[in-house]
This record gives sequence, structure tokens and C-alpha cells, in this order.
Amino acid sequence: MTVALFIPCYVDQCYPQVARATLAVLEARGVEVVFPMEQTCCGQPMANAGCQDDARAASERFVRTFSAYDTIVAPSGSCVAHVRHHFDQLPPTDAVRRVRARTVELCEYLLTLPEAPVVEFPYRVGVHVGCHTLRTLHQGTPSELGASGDGPLHTLLRRMPGITLVPLDRADECCGFGGSFAVDEPAVSARMGSDRVADHRRHGAEVMVSADMSCLMHLEGIIRRQGPPLPVMHVAQLLNGERP
Amino acid sequence: MTIRDHAGAAEAFTADAERTAWHDEALWFVRAKRDEVTHAIPEWEALRTIASGIKAHTLSLLDDYLEEFERNAVAHGVTVHWATDADEHNRIILGILRERGATRLVKSKSMLTEECGLNHYLEAQGITVVDSDLGERIVQLGHEAPSHIVMPAIHKRKAEVGALFAQHFGTSPEEDDPNRLADAARGPLRRALFGADAALTGVNFAIAETGGIVVCTNEGNADLGCHLAPVHIACMGIEKLIPRVADLGVFLRLLARSATGQPITAYTSHFVRPRTPGQFHVVIVDNGRSEHLGRPDFREALACIRCGACLNTCPVYRRSGGHSYGATIPGPIGAILSPGIDLAKHASLPFASTLCGSCGDVCPVKIDIPGQLYRWRQLVARGGHLDVPKRRAMGCLGRILGSRRYYEWAGAIGRMMLRLAPAVPWLVRRTAWGRERELPVAPRESFRDWYRRNRDT
Repeated sequence: MTVALFIPCYVDQCYPQVARATLAVLEARGVEVVFPMEQTCCGQPMANAGCQDDARAASERFVRTFSAYDTIVAPSGSCVAHVRHHFDQLPPTDAVRRVRARTVELCEYLLTLPEAPVVEFPYRVGVHVGCHTLRTLHQGTPSELGASGDGPLHTLLRRMPGITLVPLDRADECCGFGGSFAVDEPAVSARMGSDRVADHRRHGAEVMVSADMSCLMHLEGIIRRQGPPLPVMHVAQLLNGERP
Repeated sequence: MTIRDHAGAAEAFTADAERTAWHDEALWFVRAKRDEVTHAIPEWEALRTIASGIKAHTLSLLDDYLEEFERNAVAHGVTVHWATDADEHNRIILGILRERGATRLVKSKSMLTEECGLNHYLEAQGITVVDSDLGERIVQLGHEAPSHIVMPAIHKRKAEVGALFAQHFGTSPEEDDPNRLADAARGPLRRALFGADAALTGVNFAIAETGGIVVCTNEGNADLGCHLAPVHIACMGIEKLIPRVADLGVFLRLLARSATGQPITAYTSHFVRPRTPGQFHVVIVDNGRSEHLGRPDFREALACIRCGACLNTCPVYRRSGGHSYGATIPGPIGAILSPGIDLAKHASLPFASTLCGSCGDVCPVKIDIPGQLYRWRQLVARGGHLDVPKRRAMGCLGRILGSRRYYEWAGAIGRMMLRLAPAVPWLVRRTAWGRERELPVAPRESFRDWYRRNRDT
């Protein structure tokens, strides 16, 4: 079976190492992966800003590019959530229905595969759960709905020998990125981010890990401005054997 | 144009970092209490589903239930009034007071009268209004609006309340002990309660089957007020209806747990008929609610029971304060109700959210708040209420991301600019992103460039 890789626009442009790690992790598990070059973006940046009509060309391109594939894997819960939940703005053709049903978040997809060779990661890790992964894709149980149930991200991390997942005061509070929110409301956004970083530092995290690079882009920006250094990594990089 | 409204007020709030931390912690504490008590109820999710169903049913037959309520209330000697809007609501209440020559009104627990601007209206007509709920009294003395629908003075710290009470009740300006401050407020409040000609309360639930209303409070001042005064006026929006007494149990189990983490409020008072002698008036207010009921994408918001759980869980509300919303109802629920009242005025509110979704999870009647925020955003943009630069930027971004060629070209230029940015830190710090964050370090090669070079054979 061939899997089509969807690399979100900002990952393609700013974090190619995360995209390469995603590709490597899938291939190491025997998956045949293609990266269709016609892809650009799912349309979320415009749609979340209220401009669904401006998102349409990107969303339609996504459908055209990926409708021929049985499985579309993306290293971003937020983009997957957008495809699955907000492509209802497009006419419900077979192609649209297919990509909505077949677009899968990386961690969730990896758990459907046979277990891969173990990779050690002897660090204290602070896990940052993206809100759309948790509350839109329902990976795990948010703290307000019950004693925090872990999702696929935690499951994959716990399999890594040597890893310590540090407890946090607020296991699943939003980091404040929120797409255009980050620039519409910079004061609150930055404050939310600082509070998340402080929680991870307080509990001795040596690296912050997430399955959503957009949260990490925002958090890394805050860490680098405020110091001291605290590396951020996408889970694909850990699974690919990379170290902070 | 209007999109900066919440952002501007929120920025002013967060400028006091220590206060922001305190506000966030105080409300997080309430959310944590809510989590604890709701997780202790195994059937919590079932209760939410049932409550949501009862409200959907009631809203779909609201006209029938309102008439049933009126019939039953009138049969018990209650005087029922209908108000189309805020102005009519205020005039009705003034009329009731004038008819009896009443000049002193005590009030408790009504966000609706805030919405209608009743206090200012009555005061201008020579009526003395005293809010008897302590939190409401604090904001009244400070000439402020409530910043929270359940804890109206949650934005005020003990010392600030102390300073306010020193002015009004003669306590020491240094006094910040909550018990002693409450004691100081009690004397004057009791005098107001005993001397009142009429008492006004809000309504938590109105039961069609009995024509009775239910008021939930913790202080008991609402009860004291309407048991002492010869006239009780209860004001409610049309959406407060539930069909049967049997339904009430579902909502009472949900309300206080969601609001403050209590199993139930200290007082759950049922009012069915006037005292003898005495008068009992119920004022039923529309004020835009019928119009909202006619919006299929948004009508569900009328199911709200005003518990405030979405405010307490909202990471944006906790860090921006209730006043930053510039609306009677702040927080996520206010951000989906207020645009229906005045889209242009409240255009920034649907954007005062990261769409994290926690508000929808805590809502005891399962209102899809994040979904509605998303949909209001679309209407704000279509209505032309986004500021022009943002509107243009999104149009431009949409064209770039809609085309592979533009995307690759813009990506290369974007990365080049990001690589140059560190040379002009002063410029970076003047952007919305760079004010408090560094920009990403852009690579020379995008993933697709690498893929093309290495794989795409």
C-alpha cells in the first residue's frame, strides 16, 4: 500500500528536518511513501481567520492532489483536523469525502503499523499536546473530560527506552498559538506560551516534544527570546533517532 | 477596523503580569474544582446529553412552553409581563415601582438587567438601586460592570475591595481580610434589604408545567430581599424555560458543579405565587433572542444556563479579564452571543480564542462553542468587519497557497526574508509575531526542494 505524505506548508518551508524525519520513520516501518509535488496547504490559515472563501483554492488543490490515495498521512494534528472537520465547506463530492475520511495524523497512523525497532531517548521530556489533536481529533481525553487519558503521542513516547515524561501542572492547556490568533492577539498569545514554557521548565523538562510543529514554532520563538535554551522537537525526530 | 477591540483591551490587562497570573490562577482553581466534582459523577456525560436534548426540545417549541408558563403562573396570581426589548423591560419595571410609589429597589443575580442597563435607567428616574449580591455590590460601588457571569467581581483583588469599602463603609484602607470586609458590607446591605420597597431577582429556570421560577444563589440575599419586600419582580429571558419539574433535577445537578465545583448552590429557591399580602411579577424579555432563535447555525447558544464554566476554562479569558470583551456576557459564550446582538461592535470577539475547544468540553448543555466561533468568524469577514490589511493579506495568502507555482516562489522569498531578519532585530520586534517571540530560523532548502533533489526521479 502506498501512503501519500502531506507536509503542511510551514513545515515544508521552515522545518524540512521534521518532514524528512516523518518520511524516514514511515519508510523504516516498511511503508511505501510518496510526496505528491502538487500539494501546498490545507487552507486552514485563511479559514480560521474567517476567510473560508480565500481558503477554497488551497483546499480544492488538496483534494485534487490526494483523492487518488488510500491513506494520506500528515505530521500535524491541526491540519488533519481541518481536513476532516472543515472541508464540509466544499461540495461533498466523492473525492472530498474520500480525503476527509482518509487523512490521518502521523502518530495515530504509526500505531496501526507493526511495532518498529526500539529507539532510546534518555531525556526528561515535556509533552505538549496540540488542542486540535486532543479536542478535535479526540486523541486521548482532555483533563476537563476525565482523568487525563493519553493519546497516541504518549503511547509512542512511552515505548522509547530511557524516556521520562515529566508531569505538568496543566497537562493540556493551550499554548496560545492559534494560527492568526498569534498575531491578532500577540499579548495574550505570548502570555499563554510563556506560561506553558514555565510549566515545562518547572518540572525539569530537558526537551519539549509535540506532534504539532505549529505550537512548537510559537513556543520555540518564546524560548529563544526569553532564554535559557530549551530544545523543542517533533515526535517524528525522536522516532527517527535524533537527539536534542 | 474593529478586530483589535478585544486584543487592545487584553493587551492592557496583560501589561500587569503579576495581576494576570493571579487572575489566571484564581479561575483555574475554580476549573480544577469543577473537574474534581464532575469526574466524581459517573453519569456526567449522560447528564450533559440529556440536558442538551431538553434544551433543544424546549427551544424548538418555545412559543408553546412560554404560553404554558404564562397560563400556569397567572393561575397562581402571578403578574406576567412581556418585553420586546431592553427599553420595554426597563419601562415595565419602572411602571411596577411607580404604581406603588416604590423608590428603593434591592436587586440580586441578574445578568439580564445588566444587559438592559436597568440600574442606570432607574437611577435616572430617582429610584435607589442596591445590588445585594456581594460581588454585584462590589462592582456597583466601583461603577463597573460584572467581569464574570457568576463571580462578578473576580477581577478585583482583596486589597482593592478593601480600598473601595474604606470609601463607602468606613473600614480601614489597609483592611483586606475577606471575612471582616464581608462583615463591613453586611450592615449597610441589611439596612437596604429591610428598607426596600421592592426586590428584583433574575431567574435560573422557569418551569412551564408549574408556572414557577427557580433562583439559585449562595448568599441568600436574593431570598432575603424578596421575602422582606412587598413586591418581587423576577426578570427572565425567553430562553430560561424548561418543560417540567422533572427536568429541573438534571439542570440543578449540572449548574453548580459546572459553575463553582459545588454539588448544589446553598439556596435553590422556588417561587410559585405571590406572598399574601404582596405582588409577584415576572417580566419575560426577548431583546433579540427570537432573532437568534432564527439562526440555525447559532440558535443552540440559547441553551446556555449561565454557569460560567466556559469562562473559567478559557485560557484567553483567564488572561484577558471579563472587561476586555466589552459585552454584557464575556468569555466564549459571550463571544458567540454578542455578535448576534451587534456584529460590527463585537466583530473582534469570535477571534478572541485559539479555538482550543475546551469551552465546548465543559459546557453542561454541550453547546458547540468552538464551532460557533469558527462560523461567526466567517460572517464577520463576509460582513466586511475584518480590518482591511488583514482582509487583503488573507486574499493574497489564499491566492499564493492555492497555486503550486506561487507557493514555491513565495516560500523561497519568505525563507530568504526570514534569514535576513536577524540582521534587523529592531524591525522584527515591531511585528506582531516578533514583539515577544523570535522568528523561526529558516533553512536554505525546503523539504520539497530536498525531495526533488533526492527522491523525485
